[in-house]
Amino acid sequence: MSTIRVILPGHLRTLARIDGEVNLEVEGQVTQHSVLNALESRYPMLRGTIRDQVTQQRRPFIRFFACGQDLSHEPPDAPLPDTITTGEEPFLIVGAMAGG
Amino acid sequence: MSGVRVLVGTRKGAFVLTSDGTRKEWDINGPFFGGWELFHVKGSPADSNRLYASQSSSWFGQIIQRSDDGGKTWFQPGTPPGEPTNGPDGTSKGESNKFVYDSSTETGQPLTTHQWYDGTQHPWEFKRVWHLEPALTDPDTIYAGVEDAAIFRSTDGGQTWQELPGLRSAKGHLWQPGAGGMCLHTILLDPGNPARIFVAISAAGTFRTEDGGKTWQPVNRGLKSPYELPDPTAEVGHCVHCIAKHPSRPNVLFMQKHWDVMRSDDAGESWHEISGDLPSDFGFPIAVHTHEPETIYVVPIKSDSEHYPPEGKLRVYRSRTGGNEWEGLTKGLPQQNCYVNILRDAMTVDSLEPCGIYVGTTGGQVYVSADSGDSWMPIVRDLPPVLSVEVQALP
Repeated sequence: MSTIRVILPGHLRTLARIDGEVNLEVEGQVTQHSVLNALESRYPMLRGTIRDQVTQQRRPFIRFFACGQDLSHEPPDAPLPDTITTGEEPFLIVGAMAGG
Repeated sequence: MSGVRVLVGTRKGAFVLTSDGTRKEWDINGPFFGGWELFHVKGSPADSNRLYASQSSSWFGQIIQRSDDGGKTWFQPGTPPGEPTNGPDGTSKGESNKFVYDSSTETGQPLTTHQWYDGTQHPWEFKRVWHLEPALTDPDTIYAGVEDAAIFRSTDGGQTWQELPGLRSAKGHLWQPGAGGMCLHTILLDPGNPARIFVAISAAGTFRTEDGGKTWQPVNRGLKSPYELPDPTAEVGHCVHCIAKHPSRPNVLFMQKHWDVMRSDDAGESWHEISGDLPSDFGFPIAVHTHEPETIYVVPIKSDSEHYPPEGKLRVYRSRTGGNEWEGLTKGLPQQNCYVNILRDAMTVDSLEPCGIYVGTTGGQVYVSADSGDSWMPIVRDLPPVLSVEVQALP
């Protein structure tokens, strides 16, 4: 069991009615997929806001950052960096820049 | 009636405007869901405290919000936090923002495809909810008109949604998105006949069911679109912007088409033009006076390539003869340098006496007329661009 720190964008914190970071208990291998499963289980109102409810694909304007890297295009079942697993670094879910 | 509650959806949140029956002094509350697009907010005719809102974002997708206390507090109907999100069969529970098109059990693919810009067929892809239509007698039943065009129904207060897929069988393979997207934007329920529903879809037309949504037929005969369609009188493909009807006249429909204001006296079987002496017959919304079934309202817009009023004058036009003869209503509305638009869901009428008319503009103004359109005043001037305006009479 790992305790993962997740930082959500402001609009999703409002939907989930939380402030600050989320600490999630994740069983087994820590991947994008397992972290999002744990997040959506704790906060069902976030289902569909980060990834499609049916295909489970990341929404186009959502990005996943960790350890100074953009992990958005990594396979969703690939292990996340150890520093995420140990809780040293947070897993950031970010709304992409709008441009303009 | 003690007063009215106006529900305003904007590009950056929802606002609730309240007043007593005089409709002169207003309280402004909001923004609710600040920063999100609120395509539509509407109250249940069966319970004035029950409100539904369509909240969406390019980043985070579609959210359905519900209020059971007249808009003071809101929540997403769905699984409470901490409860399993999978049902007993292991599949995920439907959440309030889960709009999944009906699929074939054999292929898992959407039952049908529609025409795409390059002439190929394209699968339906859910984008957002444009319009929410609460049922007339049950606050837990509500219809949603969505993009890509389809109609969904919830019978559990917005927690789960099921498509009425028969609509897409009504020549859906010929529907093609227009510039505004292929959206189902109007749903008309019939108080005398729950099995009859009319819907209107941009760039597809008007459709009617007589069996509660199982089967649908296009009802577009008489519409002419010479500049939009290769066959100007095609059965589907017309860009209908809005339709309206009076509750006491189940067979009389009024339509603001892309160009042309139209009328049907036979439940959509045939349409004839009633644009008459309007300065322009392009526009978006159309509404019917609550107490006078032959009094209708439109807002002429200069053209499809210039989405602002002719001559820079915002004029609501009223016909007391069911069309053809129109009068411009200007008192209290800006009559110079006005270049805002009124979108299709941004005009509505209340049920008070005299009938109140409300319009919201893309410039962020919401105007009210408490005397059937004779005179107008702004309720609020500087909201984000207004997408929708609905009103409830409060007991």
